[in-house]
Amino acid sequence: MNANVSDLDLDWRLIGTIDDIPQQGARCVENGATKIAVFRTAADEIFALEDNCPHKNGPLSQGIVHDGCVTCPLHNWVISLSTGSAQGADEGRSATFPVRLDGRDIYLNLNPGA
Amino acid sequence: MSRQKLVIIGNGMAPGRMLEHLFEAQGAYDVTIFNAEPRVNYDRIMLSPVLSGEKSFDDIVIHDDAWYADNGIMLHRGEKVVAIDRDAKTVTSEGGITAAYDKLVIATGSNPFIIPVPGHQLPGVIAYRDLDDVETMKVAAARGGRAVVIGGGLLGLEAAAGLKAQGMEVTVLHLMPTLLERQLDPAAGYLLQKELEGRGIEIRCGANTKQVLGTDKVEGIELEDGTVIDASLVVMAVGIRPNTQLAKDSGLEVGRGIVTDAQMRTSDPDILSVGECVEVGGMVYGLVAPLYQMAKVAAATLTGEAAAFAHAETPTKLKVTGINLYSVGDFGDGPDREDVVLRDAARGSYKRVILKDNKVIGAVLYGDVADGMWYNEFLKSGDCVEAIRETLIFGQAHQGGGVAADPLAAVANLSADAEICGCNGICKGKIVDAINDKGLTSLAEVRAHTKASASCGTCTGLVESVIALTLGDSFEKKAEGMCGCTTLGHGEVRRLIVAKGLKSIPAVMQELEWSTANGCAKCRPALNYYLLSDWPTEYKDDQQSRFINERVHANIQKDGTYSVVPRMWGGMTSADELRAIANVVDKFNIPDVKVTGGQRIDLLGVKKEDLPAVWSDLNDAGLVSGHAYAKGLRTVKTCVGSTWCRFGTQDSTGLGIKLEKFLWGSWTPAKVKLAVTGCPRNCAEATCKDIGVICVDSGYQIVYGGAAGLHIQGTTELGTVKTEEEVLEIAGALTQMYREQGFYLERIYKWADRVGYDTVKAAIFDDLASRRAYYDRFVISQENSQTDPWSERVSGVDKHEFNPLAVFGKADAATSMEPAE
Repeated sequence: MNANVSDLDLDWRLIGTIDDIPQQGARCVENGATKIAVFRTAADEIFALEDNCPHKNGPLSQGIVHDGCVTCPLHNWVISLSTGSAQGADEGRSATFPVRLDGRDIYLNLNPGA
Repeated sequence: MSRQKLVIIGNGMAPGRMLEHLFEAQGAYDVTIFNAEPRVNYDRIMLSPVLSGEKSFDDIVIHDDAWYADNGIMLHRGEKVVAIDRDAKTVTSEGGITAAYDKLVIATGSNPFIIPVPGHQLPGVIAYRDLDDVETMKVAAARGGRAVVIGGGLLGLEAAAGLKAQGMEVTVLHLMPTLLERQLDPAAGYLLQKELEGRGIEIRCGANTKQVLGTDKVEGIELEDGTVIDASLVVMAVGIRPNTQLAKDSGLEVGRGIVTDAQMRTSDPDILSVGECVEVGGMVYGLVAPLYQMAKVAAATLTGEAAAFAHAETPTKLKVTGINLYSVGDFGDGPDREDVVLRDAARGSYKRVILKDNKVIGAVLYGDVADGMWYNEFLKSGDCVEAIRETLIFGQAHQGGGVAADPLAAVANLSADAEICGCNGICKGKIVDAINDKGLTSLAEVRAHTKASASCGTCTGLVESVIALTLGDSFEKKAEGMCGCTTLGHGEVRRLIVAKGLKSIPAVMQELEWSTANGCAKCRPALNYYLLSDWPTEYKDDQQSRFINERVHANIQKDGTYSVVPRMWGGMTSADELRAIANVVDKFNIPDVKVTGGQRIDLLGVKKEDLPAVWSDLNDAGLVSGHAYAKGLRTVKTCVGSTWCRFGTQDSTGLGIKLEKFLWGSWTPAKVKLAVTGCPRNCAEATCKDIGVICVDSGYQIVYGGAAGLHIQGTTELGTVKTEEEVLEIAGALTQMYREQGFYLERIYKWADRVGYDTVKAAIFDDLASRRAYYDRFVISQENSQTDPWSERVSGVDKHEFNPLAVFGKADAATSMEPAE
């Protein structure tokens, strides 16, 4: 992780508005070498995951978003947007990042969640 | 030791179920069955799906030949019993077979009631009762014309919907003022009538049939008011009569049905009776749940166990796809009753719960029927609902402070004796016990052991929820549908999209009752394709339902970079094109350049953010997207043909280019690859392509349905034509037929294997009018699809796709937020 700011409050960044991301789609945020995928669901919820599938590092931001999950474009693993965990029989987890909405503005915390 | 002899007259669902209970209890009987029908035991509840084409006969067989053999049952098919000798304890069939019994079960069922109006014996007047009737209807439907269904009850309406689905014009005549008056109140009957009329079924209530017209076959119907309706088929579905003749002839007590006590014994204690022929407690029954209860009681009586038949209200459902109604109990008006009604006109839903002394005595639901079971539980328990009266009508999800409408939670809240499967009377506790005791892990196993959801199948979702709750995460839902979101298969979904005029993904999911809020990565791309294919001028492509390759017009590679393939028409290129490609490779540091198997060039390892600029440079040189990523036309491979080759018979390169320019841009169920080869030496390998053209001296031989991937299969010949124009027309028509009928991800060869090569040939090659119609539809579709996606993207469409939303941690981590676009 390249973010070396330790004060958590400083790590909340305004990254854009909800209108910048298509419904059931994703956009990426780059933080140094780390790519973070920011997802918007059909119900306008926002989630952020490291843009790497736990299976073979596929870019999750390029997958199809459905029912709180994203299906990886490489081998169809289904990853939960809220927990980052692989669904079904697959095992593995992608790092999640805290996000919050203030009006239509999206704030992302660059420190991965627990 | 000599086993007791059990003889059964009739082989329907009730005695079949009775035998299952008997064998389960290891009742020691030698069993002989006489069946007037020449078939094994099948599920009559499912005749309607067989009529509408959603199921086949094999799908609805309950007991196959092996079951009779395994259980040592002697089954006499097509042998109608004509006499019972109660003194000698024997029965004798029409064919002269006599069998002795210790115990006899009469299960002769019922006969459909045919209104004895003039003309009722004409050929073309039928009932709706068994598989023969369904076959007759299907044959009639194939000839087209109008069918008149007399009777707007459950069976009549299912028959009407099935005949409509088979392509007939349909009129329903109903004597009463509203449909299903025994199951629905007038308000719900109105909604149902509106829905059916919206599907093109004509409904005439208050219609009294005077006579059936025709001389040697049905030609029409005349009503009492003088109205004449032309018809080639008349289906009478006005009711059933218990079939009691044999019992009456044998001197047994008969009222409306064969009279039995609560143990299912007739007036002769060695003779039992089950099914629709029975009158028990003064009632006769036609729905399956009470018949199955009779079966269970009879099996207990035969094994010496104590059991008694008890009347219970049976909820009603109509098995017509897309129509949801549920009614139970008593819903007549009365001064001592109170109604709670909720209507939602926009959603076409209607809910009415009838209370008496603060207890639920009936419910009628139309549209939103999810709470039917919940109301039925109150009805059965007789619990006082005063405390929840205010919110009762809003349903279970609104109880207890706004619980979210989670179906799993709703099932979790049901008590152990809550009925899950109405047909078979299976409660939640029984399913849970079976899962735990027998280690069941799948829907199929639960069906096999408990019968839950094994009859009409409408409770399949509930049963799955019970399994999921019992097994927790170890239950993997094995859906039979196109994905886990629906139980419908691809064919049914395609048919219903057209039949119901569904024109958006949300509409499909709503009307076809998707079990998930917005589908999954399997069904969404398929639905997007079906809608695009069926409504080419109206449907707006949903980018978020496309796989990434089709969203960014390039092929994702294992490291997240993309490969870019420009089109080279018919495999031809030029120095200018090659120079442009070379310049792009240098400018964007593209690591690999490869010649593909489809006669073009693949640029591998392009970064996503470079894609628009790469396309822009290629566009400038006249190169467009090769759709190497698409479920659509990929390449048309050619040889050099008569232009250069000393064996070439025709201009195969030129024809290949024409085909590619005509077909490119169309979306298809799976990828489509063509080849045109200049002579039968087949250098362009046309005989393993989706569509191939082999040039010969006299013209062009067209072949299709080849495969050379996981599966290898040579093509099948479609026919030979004389001109290039005919080749183009046939290729377009064939592609269109495949577009309209193929299942998503099903290649042409699989589609043709499924529908039959003869069918395809007849529609595309032999029948010129049909060929033209497909061709015309293809041309219309192409008018909306031949836009180069690269130039569209270069011009700014969905530009956001390629830029990061924000970049941090490069120069100054604290301030480097960049604008989104």
